Amino acid sequence: MSSVSSIHADDGAHHHAHDDSKKTIVGFWLYLMTDCLIFASLFATFGVLANATAGAPGAKQLFDLNYVAVETLFLLLSSFTFGVAVINVHKQNKGGALAWLALTFLLGLAFIGMEVHEFSHLIAENAGPGRSAFLSAYFGLVGTHGLHVTMGLLWLGVIMHQVSKFGLNAVMERRIACLSLFWHFLDLVWVCVFSIVYLGGVL
Amino acid sequence: MLGKLGIEALPLDQPIVVWTFVVVALLGVAILGLVTYYGKWQYLWTDWITSVDHKRIGIMYILFAVVMLLRGFADALMMRLQQALAATGGAGYLPPHHYDQIFTAHGVIMIFFVATPFILGLMNFVVPLQIGARDVAYPFLNSFSFWLTVMGGILVMISLFIGDFAAVGWVAYPPLSELGYSPTVGVDYFIWALQLSGLGTLISGINFIMTIFKMRAPGMTFMRLPVFTWTALITNILIVAIFPVLTATLALLSADRMLGMHFFTNELGGNAMMYINLIWVWGHPEVYVLVLPAFGVYSEVVSTFSGKPLFGYKGMVYATCSIGVLSFFVWLHHFFTMGSGADVNAFFGIMTSLISIPTGVKLFNWLFTMYKGRIRYHSSMLWSIGFMATFAFGGMTGVMLAIPGVDFVVHNSLFLVAHFHNVIIGGVVFALFAGLNFWFPKAFGFTLNETWGKIAFWFWFIGYWLAWTPMYVLGFKGMTRRLNHFNQPDWVPYLNVAFVGAVLIGIGTVAILIQLAVSIRDRKINADVTGDPWEGRSLEWATHSPVPFYNFAHTPVVTSLEQHWDDKKAGIDPNTVRPYEDIHMPRNTGTGFIIAIFGFIMCFALVWHIWWLAIIGFVGAIATFIVRTYDMDTDYYVPAAEVERIEAQYAHAAKGGV
Repeated sequence: MSSVSSIHADDGAHHHAHDDSKKTIVGFWLYLMTDCLIFASLFATFGVLANATAGAPGAKQLFDLNYVAVETLFLLLSSFTFGVAVINVHKQNKGGALAWLALTFLLGLAFIGMEVHEFSHLIAENAGPGRSAFLSAYFGLVGTHGLHVTMGLLWLGVIMHQVSKFGLNAVMERRIACLSLFWHFLDLVWVCVFSIVYLGGVL
Repeated sequence: MLGKLGIEALPLDQPIVVWTFVVVALLGVAILGLVTYYGKWQYLWTDWITSVDHKRIGIMYILFAVVMLLRGFADALMMRLQQALAATGGAGYLPPHHYDQIFTAHGVIMIFFVATPFILGLMNFVVPLQIGARDVAYPFLNSFSFWLTVMGGILVMISLFIGDFAAVGWVAYPPLSELGYSPTVGVDYFIWALQLSGLGTLISGINFIMTIFKMRAPGMTFMRLPVFTWTALITNILIVAIFPVLTATLALLSADRMLGMHFFTNELGGNAMMYINLIWVWGHPEVYVLVLPAFGVYSEVVSTFSGKPLFGYKGMVYATCSIGVLSFFVWLHHFFTMGSGADVNAFFGIMTSLISIPTGVKLFNWLFTMYKGRIRYHSSMLWSIGFMATFAFGGMTGVMLAIPGVDFVVHNSLFLVAHFHNVIIGGVVFALFAGLNFWFPKAFGFTLNETWGKIAFWFWFIGYWLAWTPMYVLGFKGMTRRLNHFNQPDWVPYLNVAFVGAVLIGIGTVAILIQLAVSIRDRKINADVTGDPWEGRSLEWATHSPVPFYNFAHTPVVTSLEQHWDDKKAGIDPNTVRPYEDIHMPRNTGTGFIIAIFGFIMCFALVWHIWWLAIIGFVGAIATFIVRTYDMDTDYYVPAAEVERIEAQYAHAAKGGV
């Protein structure tokens, strides 16, 4: 009897884990769409307030496209390295996955570092978020993206620790899949930020 | 150290508030004392607070909504009394600032902490049962959502006694809600309470979409979903599409207030119209978030108590979907008078009028369902018929308001206030009570007392018409909303009638509480041992009452739209003893509760600018969540023998044993 029920339980567990992964990943994708709507609201606000500079400096005076291009490069590269990490996960190569995740972390950290530097530079130039509606909208949109990347970094750190602790089991694969969706999503949002806020503002 | 918080934050100079506090404190101590006296803390913690069972969470949502209903209704009575007293030049008994807080709190509480949680409670309880699932897609997140909503409600309640609440109307238009014009913490309480509960609602939305998409019983195709589940699905899609906008909008408003930014201010290029557009992009579909599941409740009730399948099931589904789509194209009708121009107003006016078409389809479907049916006038059926009469009227005044020319005359008047109470009370609140009477035996294993149920209905129904019909007239007479005192003797009779109506509704509310008490007293007599007290048609009536924690001993297999009804006709008993299997279930967890507590601490600290405490709350919430991710043992199996034992108990009770 006990052997029969344990076989049942194992079957159930296997089936369940598989099913659960799919359910979680689709649900997480749905969450990302809601996040996308938060960004959509912020982009709309930015669009409305883009010219409301109230006598303060605007995009042309404030933004250095070369600097932002390097920042962008870091983030886009981090998406690539995350992709390589996921390939390693699929190959069940724990060491490789950890190494590429660590590289992703460093690139993300460089991106955030550059953003913080840019923000503090703007505030030092008396172009902080309280100076004009345009600057409020700029800091609001770009800052929200930055906060997301920061939370992503925290998440990445936890994931790396958990991979080294638990190995690449089904649960970890699922979590890495979710984080990778999150990371690529932030990349995509940044492409829009770069095109609309920076390129659109300066060119 | 304590930011803006000091002893002067306590409203000791306002006797009404002080006495309320005394009463609330005594009640609170009494409840805590009783729990301690009966030694029920352990039970509360393990069986309720940490529960991830969708049925218990649903019950807790509804309990929370009923408690908040009492608060919101007390606000309403105070407003009616004030206007009845202060219509001939007198000052009344409520000073303006207090009165402004009351009408703001009334709106916020009724929408966010009564209607929304009650609807979420019904969905929580009913949807998994109707689709033959054992739980929702993410049980832990479900518990987390619930506790976030509760923490938001607590924040609103605390504002009564520490500091003050917003005095700006329930959607908090800037520039009035900006720091320059609302310098106290009231608007911050509003913002953070809604951020907490809004996040909870959003997570619920994701949860229920995934539940309905991924957890239906084998054979349950979309066109076999019961109508309530369909309306729940569309409602949750709306939730997922609009609550992020609310979160973003409130975040921007608080950035204005806390960080000195200029999104919606009058100065430095801020644009208040942006806020008003964004808040109604959320706010209008929110109305349908509330009313669509209400339509679902009526569909279930009308079909069950008419003894007929729902007329035009497919029409109902398509109508629900079209209302969902149309709801996104009407938000501007909330501010026709704000200068968008004739073309824009015309577009939104037409789109708004169009919504009456699918809604009309629904009304005819319910009427045709009743036509030639064997109607039983159960109290939930009374609420449904009362709804049809009331809502049809509210719908018509809605179409009037959708005409921009008419709107220019009556906007911001009591005509508008009467209209939206007409559809929200007549549409949503009636459904909540219909649903309560309908599904109560499923939750607790005994039916509610019918006599008191009918008394409650009639007081509410007559009270509603007495309270709100004069408001339509007053609107035509030019009375604007939110007046604290005025000198218009010819308005007095109408205001007095409205006050009487409010008192009748109050008696109706007390009747519901009595109904609950009497029913609990008579629970043995009214026990429902069949699991199907109303000759039900959908799957929730196929399992026992009260529902065992695993819902169904055997996962149902679905072959038709009204599976349970068809099974009964074919003489198939879903509870026939068959070999049982192990059942996979999630483990209870207190994590959701603890994270919500930290969230509450953070938001309270942000209201009062106590930065160190806000950091503690934030870090605590994140850390608790991370700790949870290290726990890999979050589910378990109920052995088949245990299922067999529980099922045997039910079978024994059904044969008349105890």
